[in-house]
Amino acid sequence: MSKKINKNNNFYIPQIEKRNKSAKRFRWYALSAVVLSLSFLAFFLFDIVKAGIPAFTQSYVTLEISVDEETADNPYGILDRDMSRLVSRAWLRSFPKEIEAHPEWIGTTQKFSALLNAEADQYLKGNKNRLRDRQIKKLETLKEEGRVETKFNVIFFFTGDSKIPENAGFYAAIIGSVLTMLVTMSLAVPIGVMTAVYLEEFAPDNKLTQIIEININNLAAIPSILFGLLGLAIFINFFGVPRSSPLAGGMTLALMSLPIIIVSSKAALKSVPASIRQAGYGLGLTKWQVTRDHVLPLAFPGILTGSIIALAQAMGETAPLIIVGMIAFVPDAMTSLTSAATVMPAQIYTWSGMPERAYIEKTAAGIIVLLSVLISLNTIAVILRKKFEVKW
Amino acid sequence: MDVKVKIEDLNLWYGANQALHNINIDLYDNKITALIGASGCGKSTFLRCLNRMNDLVGSARIEGNVLVEGVDIYDKSIDVVSVRKRVGMVFQQPNPFPKSIYENIAYAPLKHGIVKKGSDCDELVESSLKSAGIWDEVKEKLQAPGTSLSGGQQQRLCIARTIAVKPDVILMDEPTSALDPISTEKIEALMLELKEKYTIITVTHNMQQAARIADYTAFFHLGELIEYDETETIFVNPKVKKTEDYITGRFG
Repeated sequence: MSKKINKNNNFYIPQIEKRNKSAKRFRWYALSAVVLSLSFLAFFLFDIVKAGIPAFTQSYVTLEISVDEETADNPYGILDRDMSRLVSRAWLRSFPKEIEAHPEWIGTTQKFSALLNAEADQYLKGNKNRLRDRQIKKLETLKEEGRVETKFNVIFFFTGDSKIPENAGFYAAIIGSVLTMLVTMSLAVPIGVMTAVYLEEFAPDNKLTQIIEININNLAAIPSILFGLLGLAIFINFFGVPRSSPLAGGMTLALMSLPIIIVSSKAALKSVPASIRQAGYGLGLTKWQVTRDHVLPLAFPGILTGSIIALAQAMGETAPLIIVGMIAFVPDAMTSLTSAATVMPAQIYTWSGMPERAYIEKTAAGIIVLLSVLISLNTIAVILRKKFEVKW
Repeated sequence: MDVKVKIEDLNLWYGANQALHNINIDLYDNKITALIGASGCGKSTFLRCLNRMNDLVGSARIEGNVLVEGVDIYDKSIDVVSVRKRVGMVFQQPNPFPKSIYENIAYAPLKHGIVKKGSDCDELVESSLKSAGIWDEVKEKLQAPGTSLSGGQQQRLCIARTIAVKPDVILMDEPTSALDPISTEKIEALMLELKEKYTIITVTHNMQQAARIADYTAFFHLGELIEYDETETIFVNPKVKKTEDYITGRFG
């Protein structure tokens, strides 16, 4: 839809067509950069969601078992050879406990919804598996009889890690992340904000202050694994904080978040107009009164956003936590800040290295959970910023 | 006629750059003194010496004495916060706190312990707003944000805020230069009222304003006090040629 330019008038500039063309070309370069990056993102999200969604369901088979003393003692004897290759070992292991809890079942026939193992589950989801033909036939028969059902995967959200893929869950990692983040937040936010307040409002503007500020800016760009080494050296080796614990991990991540929180809080404080401070000083208020009651409230939205984003970044961090041992195999959710724990990204990393096919979807599902948490955190940051912003 | 503020041999440096040279001046109680001069002549710097606002500039170094009621405010035994309570300041740009009108007035007096929360405080807010001639405009909306007012109202709010801490001296740094003529007129009328109770020192670029409201006028040039006298003398019969040139608009 290029317009024909009339050359026979006083407004005509000889190079105009060339200039317009180059402007247009530049516009296209910029636009295609955006489109390219968006399509990478879309591809990534699509791929992850496609791989991860199946992990949110799990197959079960209905079994009728006549319960007696012997089945309670040796549950492995209740199933025939093909069936025992289809039902999860985890379910069989927990079977005696279940009967112990219901002694009235002994001598009766009960229906059970038994967890299928990962291979059977993968077959039903249409993925590659290691089932033999006979077992596949058996599974197909069960399906025709209507004994196979697919349910929401409660195990994924309410158990810890397991070497039995169908029994592995994200729960321990979620709790681990929450506890670790609590430690990080309660250390990094107050220390970071106070440091920023001191540097921005109180520190004299001299060489020393400048050196400190430059170094804080540089710290924000240091590879995170170095913070892990620092945490290992200081917290674990020197102070004797237990390895693999949310306390050690949280303190290490706090070190990593500090520079980001300080830099963003300083920027927020700097954006508060000087006239507000002058108004306060002109009334004979002390520096702390001016800072606390007039400057900090105005800087609050910026500080909040910076802190949330720093914490979100810490939440997705794996490298420093590997160094302090938070890559441990954790089958049960930890109960204290000093017991062994894992966190979401570390759990994802562990699963990604597992040989069984079933861990692929668990890895992707873990990424989906982690991403949803991070996106919600960032959304909260935006909403809070809007909410607390003082109209100027 | 009492001398409220006495300045003796005041010199000020910003780093290596001397901004004020040997200023000696007596400022009188219950008078308005106007400081005039071209931009960069040191009049605002001088004003900021009177409540030690220059302390906030790291590179500033000051020599000489500033005596308020005979007490040197730069003496080591004097706390800078108490100086600024006694010598209030109103700025060029209206700068209300981004809080309610009520809180704008009440905050500092509460911190200074002038009043306690409750009816005392309410009374102080009312009387301060009345003294600043803005009570009738805002009495219905004391909880509205101070920044919701117009520029002229904001400036009067800032004056009310300054009055509320019961200062002796009020410094005004071009208080009307950001305002329209009608708001300016209101502020000028207010200044004439306030001089009954306070000593007012104002910086202005507006020669007519100095002539209209000031009892005394000081002319600054390149960091030096060139001439200081009653306003009428300065404007009608200046003794120094430079003053005459400036007032008649031949430079500046």
